[in-house]
Amino acid sequence: MNRQELNERSTYRSVGKCVRKKDAMQLLLGKPVYVDDITPRDALVVKVIRSPHAHALIESVEKSAAMKVPGIVGIYTYEDVPGKRFTMAGQTYPEPSPYDRLLLDRRVRFVGDPVAIVAGETEAAVNRACKIVRVKYQVLEPVLDFHKAKDNPILVHPEENWVSMCPVGADNRRNLCASDVCSENDVEAVLADCDEVIEHTYHVKACQQTMMETFRTYTEIDRYGRLHVISSTQIVFHCRRIIANALDIPKSKVHVEKPRIGGGFGAKQTVVAEIYPAFVTWVTKRPAKMIYTREECQIGGSPRHEMEVTVRLGASSDGTIRALDVYTLSNTGAFGEHGPTTVGLSGHKSIPLYTGNLEAFRFAYDVVYTNVQAAGAYRGYGATQGQFAVESAVNELAAKLGMDPVALRLKNIVREGMSMPAYYGETANACALDKCIEHCCSMFGWEEKFPVRVMPDGKIRSAGVAISMQGSGISGVDVGSATIKLNDEGFYILMIGAADMGTGCDTILAQMAAECLECSVDEIEVFGADSDASPYDSGSYASSTTYVTGKAVENACNELRENLCQLGASLLHCDRSEVEFFGNGVRKLDGTGEVSRFDLATASMVNNTIAVQTTASHSSPVSPPPFMVGMVEIELDPETGSVEILDYNAVIDCGIPVNPNLATIQAEGGIVQGIGMALYENVTYSKKGRIAENSFMQYKIPTRLDMGHLKVEFEESYEPTGPFGVKSIGEIVINTPAPALAHAIFRATGVWHRTLPITPEKILFGIED
Amino acid sequence: MEIKMILNGRQIIREISPDLLLLEFVRAEGCRSVKRGCETSNCGLCTVLMDGTPVLSCSMLAARAAGHRIDTLEGLTAEAEEFIGFIADQGAEQCGFCNPGFVMNTIALLRENPDPTDDEIRQFLAGNLCRCSGYEGQLRGIRAFLDSRKGGKDE
Repeated sequence: MNRQELNERSTYRSVGKCVRKKDAMQLLLGKPVYVDDITPRDALVVKVIRSPHAHALIESVEKSAAMKVPGIVGIYTYEDVPGKRFTMAGQTYPEPSPYDRLLLDRRVRFVGDPVAIVAGETEAAVNRACKIVRVKYQVLEPVLDFHKAKDNPILVHPEENWVSMCPVGADNRRNLCASDVCSENDVEAVLADCDEVIEHTYHVKACQQTMMETFRTYTEIDRYGRLHVISSTQIVFHCRRIIANALDIPKSKVHVEKPRIGGGFGAKQTVVAEIYPAFVTWVTKRPAKMIYTREECQIGGSPRHEMEVTVRLGASSDGTIRALDVYTLSNTGAFGEHGPTTVGLSGHKSIPLYTGNLEAFRFAYDVVYTNVQAAGAYRGYGATQGQFAVESAVNELAAKLGMDPVALRLKNIVREGMSMPAYYGETANACALDKCIEHCCSMFGWEEKFPVRVMPDGKIRSAGVAISMQGSGISGVDVGSATIKLNDEGFYILMIGAADMGTGCDTILAQMAAECLECSVDEIEVFGADSDASPYDSGSYASSTTYVTGKAVENACNELRENLCQLGASLLHCDRSEVEFFGNGVRKLDGTGEVSRFDLATASMVNNTIAVQTTASHSSPVSPPPFMVGMVEIELDPETGSVEILDYNAVIDCGIPVNPNLATIQAEGGIVQGIGMALYENVTYSKKGRIAENSFMQYKIPTRLDMGHLKVEFEESYEPTGPFGVKSIGEIVINTPAPALAHAIFRATGVWHRTLPITPEKILFGIED
Repeated sequence: MEIKMILNGRQIIREISPDLLLLEFVRAEGCRSVKRGCETSNCGLCTVLMDGTPVLSCSMLAARAAGHRIDTLEGLTAEAEEFIGFIADQGAEQCGFCNPGFVMNTIALLRENPDPTDDEIRQFLAGNLCRCSGYEGQLRGIRAFLDSRKGGKDE
């Protein structure tokens, strides 16, 4: 079903409806809603001087001349900052990412690593001072090749106070940020018994989120002497902890809020910019602001983990997939943010797709430190890399066996009710993947488009396919909370700690609240996120908000209904058991009386002891996967190697879509991001470790001329543990383009491309790397 | 140096530094809709109209706007309101950071070509990057607006 059909079919009042995003008109009219729009223009300008070397020790920083530049307020180096290590990864206790950072360190570990913080009254003054500061380095040999990082004698983190907070297999004396192996049954024995074994290594680069609003933070001291932080962040609570850790001050001294966010995609699940202005404000007690340039985002951000994924896929000659052995080598770069966790998804969210006939699997990985830009969280979070590998291997198997890749999948995929050993033993309670595939085949016209066709002008048309799964929150970890409050005249405020970064979570959570409270979405105002005022929420990441926070909203609203019934009963002078909530108020079951929501609100403010505000928290022991299939038709020019995307069709099972419009846009946006990663977004380093793609000139993201025609539809399933049967949508949508495009390009050229991006040059020269 | 211009219909005279960019100038004048997304004139977020023609305010000195008429979204709210609701009805505004530049360029498109084809829309707006929406919803929104204009107000 497409979004309009879903909208009409929904039997709910608000859930399943194409409601406008609550902030839509403000955003479309360009109203001031972002960090730099709403904070004072006369704050101190904060910038950092960045290392030109991939690995060096700072010998001296000569800053006295720079301090004389009019308007310069402070220049700070490693000698001025606390010596306790911390991580900038926004993750829940016990933080899996090693504590390997200082605000500023004497050892610099990548080209772009901050060396000094410069604060001044104008941008011109700060820029001038940055040029005058003289830094002397002892240049060291870097570790740039991530294949050679493990057990390399050169250590990225030789320091004694490096610490791994929980057992993830990390060892700084081996350049290891994490390492593990898990398996079910004897994968070697099954592989030895297979008719076909596909074994290849697939390589995904450290792609950038490139959210349109770069990293930015404003800080000031508030009226109580606390540090007030207004930042473009997905994680206000983690941000509070990390800033306090970095500054070595009590958590109680930090207050973090986010206004509207100009995109995140995971980038803002790491504290990238916040600590520098926070430090300046804490030291000087003056308001400060830091706004990353696009170049800084490209060289000092928190991109995808570069991964090489080696797949050994064993199958019978009839196409029964019997064994999967996946080894991932992940490059976390100079610091370990999200290193131990992203890698897990490369196996745990690729292998279970083929649960159908799988007899054995093994998944092993190493995550290594190197002297390049540190990686972070990016939509897909390792699943993207793993699925490029496994989906490509499955397509390679189909080609080798001469089987239709769709039929091969239908033979082997996970189906509803199956237990998935490679997915932590969880059961697929809601899975319409088979229906998605069948639906997409007919919508796309797979039978007609899969055969390779040479057009009269010599261009070649071909098609490719890939499937995907993700999770819905982190099982047993993520906490979502919601507070719902009845106010004057009977309107509600929904207070959340999840961060709407443009995705529309404020709106879809309001839709759920309206459903529970039997009112219109317009009667629910949404507030968030603020570490002082919001109920605790892990934050908006890991595709958690709809599923985890959504359930908290449902529970909070149900509690409020109960409290309103109690208040109503007292006003109607009867017992609680004699009344019911009906949306516009509370009424007696026998029809002899009612009290309106308006009057309940008024009564709640006069001589009242029943709270008309309730808070609920939720966490889930499972992380139900959404499923998806993507099919692409391309036209490839064999004379230039260029690929034009004609059509990209996708069918998604995200449970019940709460807002079919927003689910559709999530999918379309993710697919286009995935297309960029597959075809042209590249990250390359000079011999000295400098990134070439440091601006939009070199790092090309898709324009509206590059993505062909998208068509996204849905197959519903009902996830029993989610609110209103929902699962997630945010991340899964980026995963299918890379393997589907690699497949289509193979169909057109006969060459498998196993390293992204697959540029026209590579296609033309048939480089099989 | 002193410059004179008409900013959103209002004549202003300001003393500026010769190296001030138009982007910084209009933001300082309160036109916060104008955004910076890059340093290389690639993203289109900073689009404003100079004498009705879209220009990238990040790549133009404020001094060059002297004697000209500059319009930002703050000054063209009514014109934008004719069509932005159709984009909101698709959910295609998403994070919103690219919206002002995209809306300004759409205004320029519709002034120049009141009945564009889908391909003409894509071509005209190709310089306006968006990382959230995948563009298709923005196109659907503009298309729905154009169709509604043809079909009368009831559509």
